[in-house]
Amino acid sequence: MFKIVEKCTLAPGVHQYEVEAPLVAKSARPGNFVVVRTSETGERIPLTIAGHNRETGTITLVVQEVGKSTMEMGMLEVGDYFKDVAGPLGQATRIEKVGTVVAVAGGIGVAPVLPQIRAHKAIGNHVISIVGARTRDLLVLRDEVEKFSDEVIWATDDGSLGYHGFVSGALEELIGSGQKIDEVIAIGPVRMMQAVADVTRKHNIPTTVSLNAIMVDGTGMCGCCRVTVDGEVKFSCVDGPEFDGHKVDFDELVSRQGFFRDKEQIARERFEADRGGCKCHAK
Amino acid sequence: MSRKIVDRTEMPKQSPEARRTNFSEVALGLDPELARREAERCIQCKTRPCTTGCPVEVDIPEFVALIAEGKYDEAAAKIKEKNSLPAICGRVCPQESQCESLCTLGRKYEPVAIGALERFAADWASKRAVEKREACAGDVDSDLQCGCEQKVCELDSRGCAPTSDSAASAARVAVIGTGPAGLTCAADLALKGYKVDMFESLHDTGGVLRYGIPEFRLPKSIVDEEVEYVRSLGVRIFTNVVVGLTLDLREMLESGQYQAAFIATGAGLPYFLGIPGENLNGVYSANEFLTRVNLMKAYMFPQYDTPVNIGSKVAVVGAGNVAMDSARTSLRLGAEEVKIVYRRSRAEMPARLEEIENAEEEGVEMMLLANPVRIISDGCGKVSGMECIRMELGEPDASGRRRPVPVEGSEFILDVDTVIVAVGQGPNPLLTERTKGLELNRKGNIEVRDECGATSIPGVWAGGDIVTGAATVISAMGAGKRAARGIDEWIRSKF
Repeated sequence: MFKIVEKCTLAPGVHQYEVEAPLVAKSARPGNFVVVRTSETGERIPLTIAGHNRETGTITLVVQEVGKSTMEMGMLEVGDYFKDVAGPLGQATRIEKVGTVVAVAGGIGVAPVLPQIRAHKAIGNHVISIVGARTRDLLVLRDEVEKFSDEVIWATDDGSLGYHGFVSGALEELIGSGQKIDEVIAIGPVRMMQAVADVTRKHNIPTTVSLNAIMVDGTGMCGCCRVTVDGEVKFSCVDGPEFDGHKVDFDELVSRQGFFRDKEQIARERFEADRGGCKCHAK
Repeated sequence: MSRKIVDRTEMPKQSPEARRTNFSEVALGLDPELARREAERCIQCKTRPCTTGCPVEVDIPEFVALIAEGKYDEAAAKIKEKNSLPAICGRVCPQESQCESLCTLGRKYEPVAIGALERFAADWASKRAVEKREACAGDVDSDLQCGCEQKVCELDSRGCAPTSDSAASAARVAVIGTGPAGLTCAADLALKGYKVDMFESLHDTGGVLRYGIPEFRLPKSIVDEEVEYVRSLGVRIFTNVVVGLTLDLREMLESGQYQAAFIATGAGLPYFLGIPGENLNGVYSANEFLTRVNLMKAYMFPQYDTPVNIGSKVAVVGAGNVAMDSARTSLRLGAEEVKIVYRRSRAEMPARLEEIENAEEEGVEMMLLANPVRIISDGCGKVSGMECIRMELGEPDASGRRRPVPVEGSEFILDVDTVIVAVGQGPNPLLTERTKGLELNRKGNIEVRDECGATSIPGVWAGGDIVTGAATVISAMGAGKRAARGIDEWIRSKF
């Protein structure tokens, strides 16, 4: 059992947890993820580690409520426990001194991007963060992003803050302004990462994306998370989750992510009915 | 010999019509009367060939004699002297190619049903152990939920306490993986007096016994019971620990925390066919399919959260036990047609005969001498068919089996919407690749230096599928037993 020692709600349906997991905290590196289960009947959900503290033995997780399992997590409070937390899993991010690194994050992709920009800054790279969301209120963890970046470009789909449009557009504009960029990392919804990779491909900028394929065990045992990268089949959980964004078959990934959509909806509807109606848009 | 040999007792089973719609155990076990009748068939021959066929060296004639005398608890204790997981072995061991194949009676008649008797004795004792434990003061439930607390229950279902001596009791051994090899090694070491910690990467124990073998063949309550027995010997089990990632094996040893380790991480890397269309929705590795259903209990969705999609027409590629398990599970999930697609002929099918018969009785069709060439998309990323080619058998290959050769121009399309790939598993590299100095062979299996499974790292043993490649539960248990012996000798010589 893994105790929640802190919780804060960053935006409606987006929660940040500080969870006691000393062994994970001890070995975690940027880019790693954990597999989490909330209850005896629960799914194994992969979540990227958004931070770790070796002294307190805790890790930071950010969860957006999208389905039954994440909604159930959303109901956990300080003092409650996650039933299982296993990790750190996956390959760690390669952090090298390259010059200027642009981190592009969409939605709660900003949480897993944090340990990376922190590490890039620590190693001496110039870090520019481009962080986008649908609207201003959904731009979370802004202080942390400011803290670990040399420059920040905010982007909102509705123009309520910063650049009016998608993060890929903001990146295109940055490149157009003559900014020299040595590496791009992109974390967020698949189509967002694909759009970023399409932009950087034209300019030949090495780009790493972090894939969120469906997983079961997270240790290479089941092969559910297989993705095609440069024509080869890879397992996101052990070969990734980070891959060369120019070589990933994003369409296949989107298709595979949808395989259980009907079942996910059944589970969500049942859960919402039990809870007395949908609360995700409650103000 | 004047004794009249009665016919071998067949174990009662659920009818095929009934069982193909439920996940309850297929084989129902013997009752005391049937068990005694079967045990009395044993002629207690002097040569005892059956015992040489048992990888964990069970004293078969002795326990069978005790059953014949109606001493069931004693029979179970006799088995447990050598075999820590008899309820499991009684169910999933291929007795027909081991102990029973050597039975003296089998030369003229049907061999004694040793597996069925082992299961009977184990189930009898396990029922008793549950009764005893319920009377025990220890709060079993809370510890079970945690899964990582030490629990030393005074009661040992063999009725004897672990032995202890100073060399052993001062040493702590790490066992990595809680599958059959790990559990056997841990139990044997604990019985020798060692402190044993087990590490499991998943959230629950048992390895392949939990995620691989279906409920209808090995009820998970049996696995729980056997794991509980190992815990009762004082073994601590830490779940959610991925050794290689969460902890570093060399550090565990170098820090002095552990004096020795046994690696039993199994064959946890699914092989795929490498044909076009394999990433379409509707294609599963058998590992994924079975893990969803067995470990995550997707057959009870939405009561359990993990989903599994089963179509109406399923092709299972491969013909081993895992393939049979996948096919039979598909039927139980509601598939209308399930075919085993296998490139060789019936004679080469690696599954146990009993499992093939069970599958066929339930309605699984065998499509032999056919090999998948590509999986066809419905245009929206989902499986709508599988192209196969007819095969014929040519000259024997390295495995001694006749090599299947494609028949040119014989391609045909199989109308399926789900494909389960059950063509074997390799060694999972998570631990092995991250443990410096651990020698592996070309396939990635751990190289061992002796019969006990000593590896290239002093103090580290390995056994089970991570060494041999995918094999049987009992051979993994045999390896666990030999490793326990190796570790014991090594620690005694060194400390």
